Amino acid sequence: MAEVEETLKRIQSHKGVIGTMVVNAEGIPIRTTLDNSTTVQYAGLLHQLTMKAKSTVRDIDPQNDLTFLRIRSKKHEIMVAPDKEYLLIAIQNPCE
Amino acid sequence: MPQAGSLCVWRIQNCLTFPAFRSGGAGAKVASDCAGAGVGGGGGAVSTVTRAQPWQLCRAGSAGAEALASGGAANTERPERPGPLQDETLGVASVPSQWRGVQGIRGETKSCQTASTATAEAPAQTRKHVDAEVQTEAPEPVSLQPVPQCDGPRLVAFLRRVEAMVTRELNKNWQSHAFDGFEVNWSEQQQTVTCLHTLGYPPAQGQGLHVTGVSWNTTGSVVACAYGRLDDGDWSTLKSFVCAWNLDRRGLNPQQPSAVVEVPSAVMCLAFHPTQPSHVAGGLYNGEVLVWDVSHPEDPLLWRTGLTDDAHTDPVYQVVWLPGPQHGHRFQVLSVAADGKVLLWLAVGAGRLQLSAGFALAVQQLPRSTKLKKPPRGETEVGATAVAFSSFDPSLFVLGTEGGFPLKCSLAAEEPALTRMPSSVPLRAPAQFTFSPHGGPVYSVSCSPFHRNLFLSAGTDGHVHLYSMLQAQPLTSLQLSHKYLFAVRWSPVRPLVFAAASGEGDVQLFDLQKSSQKPTVSIKQTQDESPVYCLEFNRQQTQLLAAGDAKGVVKVWQLSSEFTEQGPRETEDLDQLAAEVAT
Repeated sequence: MAEVEETLKRIQSHKGVIGTMVVNAEGIPIRTTLDNSTTVQYAGLLHQLTMKAKSTVRDIDPQNDLTFLRIRSKKHEIMVAPDKEYLLIAIQNPCE
Repeated sequence: MPQAGSLCVWRIQNCLTFPAFRSGGAGAKVASDCAGAGVGGGGGAVSTVTRAQPWQLCRAGSAGAEALASGGAANTERPERPGPLQDETLGVASVPSQWRGVQGIRGETKSCQTASTATAEAPAQTRKHVDAEVQTEAPEPVSLQPVPQCDGPRLVAFLRRVEAMVTRELNKNWQSHAFDGFEVNWSEQQQTVTCLHTLGYPPAQGQGLHVTGVSWNTTGSVVACAYGRLDDGDWSTLKSFVCAWNLDRRGLNPQQPSAVVEVPSAVMCLAFHPTQPSHVAGGLYNGEVLVWDVSHPEDPLLWRTGLTDDAHTDPVYQVVWLPGPQHGHRFQVLSVAADGKVLLWLAVGAGRLQLSAGFALAVQQLPRSTKLKKPPRGETEVGATAVAFSSFDPSLFVLGTEGGFPLKCSLAAEEPALTRMPSSVPLRAPAQFTFSPHGGPVYSVSCSPFHRNLFLSAGTDGHVHLYSMLQAQPLTSLQLSHKYLFAVRWSPVRPLVFAAASGEGDVQLFDLQKSSQKPTVSIKQTQDESPVYCLEFNRQQTQLLAAGDAKGVVKVWQLSSEFTEQGPRETEDLDQLAAEVAT
């Protein structure tokens, strides 16, 4: 599927983007632009965090749902776009 | 009793004649013959028979019993037979003794033996041993691409959905300044500067010696101090000391150094080896340079220059270690002294430091970029009091002089020095550039570890000058003391922080980001305002700062977090500071 790769490449080409990955519903990375171990770590942890964030949002208001997750850290900004089946994770260094 | 005798004969006969007498039928025939004879015979015979009966019954088993029964039946068939009592001797001992016969049958010897068991010995042993290790393996991390091409249209659809959103956020992020200057620090903050250790060596303090130099070793756990005197200009025969404390050792006794080296003359400066944790070089008041190994307290001296023609003739004010010329792992000691010489020593065998290169400062050879006083006739040496090497150019160094002007010097200088001082190697003139002077002798210089052009100098005029290598005039001049300033050092971790030791007993910490006018923190090292002579940051444990004073005390200060954690854009600010040259 060339379209998948192309989309990831497009996202990757944005300013400051360090890495992009797609993770499935089990937290298993499917596509990545980072190295293996980093990807596995990010995928596992961010999957858990996203699930937790999703359930938090839903617990507060059952009509509501998580649409986007941004994590600002000292070094990076991590963005997670959640969906039923997949997560798209983008890691950006916003002050390069 | 002939019958009995015949019976006996029969018995034997019976035994012999019917060795294989088995069938019940045959037995019955004999019995009937016997019975007939017995009945016809007489009471004796019968009695014999009857007497024999219990035996038969007892021992003969079923065959005998049948014989008797048939005998009985034969008896009843002939009741009317005339039974004249004849005294007739029955010739036939017709009473066969069956019991024996039966027994004979039973007692027939038959060899019955199982065939001998064949035994054979055969070795049966496992000969080969195979060791196999069995271990569970660490759980494999979730492997990548176990579901290689399972994406399909749904993944494409998902990416189509989210791409726009992610792109929007990425762009927003890049342009956003929402977090500029926003700092969160979750680690525990050390709010104040505290004194961790107050170290001293009572015998040295009792002699009124000052701490003239401190140095941290390469591991950052040992601090050493040199005892000497800065205030008397006389030759002194007082014994002096170099003391080292290992701060990581349990049961640290602040009054009992872990190593004490006795030195015959006052020690003016000290420097630990860059890689050997126990080697320390020191310069003496009499001009000698020595290297000790503080891990051998009984015989600590490794190398010394001796008081030769090559050695300094005035107090050595600073020693530093430099990488050797050819071998990266061999180090040489550079010493600067008030006689205007800068000498490089290389350790050779037999415990000697041999002069490998030398430089001499003469007033006539100084680059005259500033309004220095017109030099007198003849060559006059310029006493060097401090040295600092650039962190970026290994051959570039800055000298502090008694004349108050810092000098930019190079190890690569070739010009021979104008000097009449004897030396085994030709001395060269290192000075390349003269900076505008302080109001008095410079006591300390320090090159920025973060910027190649910036260095600090401090001296007797109580001012700290921040110089750029590119211009003679200082970028900033700060008066930190009304007395002398004895030491100034850049922080090894914060580009904009430096510390200065003042003659009023203060250690002043300056954060140029906070204020370029007054110190951020001023620590009182001594209560009676006796001067602080030296200070040194710990490069390994960056929160530690050691300072030595005129009381013979070394205090180890723990700095607050603001002095140990580099802020954002601090390097940029430093660059900006350096860029203020000539503007």
